[in-house]
Amino acid sequence: MPELDRFDVVVVGAGPAGLAAANAAAGFGARVALIDENELPGGQIYRASRGSISASVREVIEDLSKKSVVRFDGSTVFEAPSDGVLRLWGPRGTQDIGYRSLVLAVGGRELFLPFPGWTLPNAMGIGGLQALVKAGLDVREKRVVVAGTGPLLLAVGAYLLEHGARVPIILEQAPLKDLALFGAGLVRYPAKIGQGISLGRHIATRLRAGAWVERAEGSRAVESVTWRKGGKSFQTECDFLACAYGFVPNVELPQLLGCEIQDGFVKVDDQQLTSVKGVFCAGEPTGIGGVDLSQVEGRIAGLVAIGQDDQAEALFGKRESWKRFARSMDRAFALRHELMELSTPDTIVCRCEDVRAGDLVAWESSRTAKLQTRCGMGPCQGRICGPATQKLFGWTQGSVRPPLSPVPLSALGRPLDEIEN
Amino acid sequence: MTVRINGKEFEVSPGTSVAAALLNIGYSGFRRSETGESRGPVCGMGICLECRVQIGGVRHVRACMVTCQDHMEIETDA
Ligand SMILES: Cc1cc2nc3c(=O)[nH]c(=O)nc-3n(C[C@H](O)[C@H](O)[C@H](O)COP(=O)(O)OP(=O)(O)OC[C@H]3O[C@@H](n4cnc5c(N)ncnc54)[C@H](O)[C@@H]3O)c2cc1C
Ligand code: FES
Repeated sequence: MPELDRFDVVVVGAGPAGLAAANAAAGFGARVALIDENELPGGQIYRASRGSISASVREVIEDLSKKSVVRFDGSTVFEAPSDGVLRLWGPRGTQDIGYRSLVLAVGGRELFLPFPGWTLPNAMGIGGLQALVKAGLDVREKRVVVAGTGPLLLAVGAYLLEHGARVPIILEQAPLKDLALFGAGLVRYPAKIGQGISLGRHIATRLRAGAWVERAEGSRAVESVTWRKGGKSFQTECDFLACAYGFVPNVELPQLLGCEIQDGFVKVDDQQLTSVKGVFCAGEPTGIGGVDLSQVEGRIAGLVAIGQDDQAEALFGKRESWKRFARSMDRAFALRHELMELSTPDTIVCRCEDVRAGDLVAWESSRTAKLQTRCGMGPCQGRICGPATQKLFGWTQGSVRPPLSPVPLSALGRPLDEIEN
Repeated sequence: MTVRINGKEFEVSPGTSVAAALLNIGYSGFRRSETGESRGPVCGMGICLECRVQIGGVRHVRACMVTCQDHMEIETDA
């Protein structure tokens, strides 16, 4: 039996939300554990670059170690074997840890919508490509088409240019008038302005608003994309396509723990408490709102977890203002209906099982489609095709089962090939 | 630092993930799909599992979640 280590507060996810939660809880002397499956803390936005962490995150981490927060880096939570216990797989193998309070700060992932050619090698996510560059991918002189929607499009466009890529075009599906509205909204949020201004003129000349990728072409990998704007189609050659349509929450671990899901997000009260006693949730799983909202929610969760309710309440106003900002983003970057109609019958929707759009039209729910076609039954467990079929067909996502991610055979004592099936 | 990819030795700089190393060397397809299509990384963060390769004899390892180590043995399309 794996040994059990007990903590007052266990935080899963070391992004902005999880770091804030761990810091807040440990500030009052609680015994805190912080778990993240990445080799270094930071989450998506502060992801370490070539093994080195940015100065601001390093400061937070030093603070955490002063407060004796126990870090479980490179460790994935894949099961909740009993009440108050999590099972993780990491450098030390399988391990169980116990908690009195749990903060789930597991973040989100990019939303991918299928189009012909989206499964070609070198077609990937926007944050996905950025993460690979941070992990050492050399994009110098590479032609990268950046497409999709949201502020990440411009941020990553700028990031790629800084790293020597050629970015012929940036395609934002939202029409220009909504973008302008969003720009105006930014003024009310001083912290965001710096980010906006640094994007500069070289981005503006590449940006096409109200434009989207219709298909990607290539033999062994992406060689060009065909895109649409103003009723006309255009073709642009490229080495990489970075394309995603915003974010969806990671709700699988909260679901496994029995937390109520409402409209696709983890339901929490004012204190970030889920429907399960002692289990809090903060950041992207409760609503997509960006780094500042994640941070303040994490802080509130960490404080309430150790009984500092008054301190937490003082932050409610700040949280509300970031939520307003999030709502204005949602409006500005609402997805256009044309994006839901890009697939042809032979376009793959479920990449794990190679289930095509034409195989799915006959079914009325993800459950029947799963049984009949294996859609969503592969190793990613529907994390990519689930949100897509939700947008395309209005299907809600089904239940989850452990292990939440494919851990090596030794973690479970049975072969991985078996877990996949 | 060197890694062996499909039996051939390559120089990589420290801190590079296996996925980034493969792409830098010119492998864009890492694995074969159920119907034999060539696939490579999509999410870059451990969720899509399209970047699976064999590392040190262990199959189905997410190339985007592993940093290259000296003398690592990597196999694509395994
Ligand atoms: C790929 C990607 C790139 C992004 N890049 C940017 C950017 O450049 N600029 C920007 O403003 N915003 C970016 N964002 C959005 C940004 O992530 C959010 O705005 C915000 O920072 C989210 O913070 P968070 O703490 O809620 O989640 P995250 O930062 O996503 O942190 C969640 C953490 O939980 C960990 N985790 C999840 N499940 C488990 C588990 N079962 N076991 C162990 N650990 C687990 C993850 O590894 C992750 O580190 C990006 C998002 C994604 C998905
Ligand atoms: S690129 Fe998606 S899991 Fe590695």
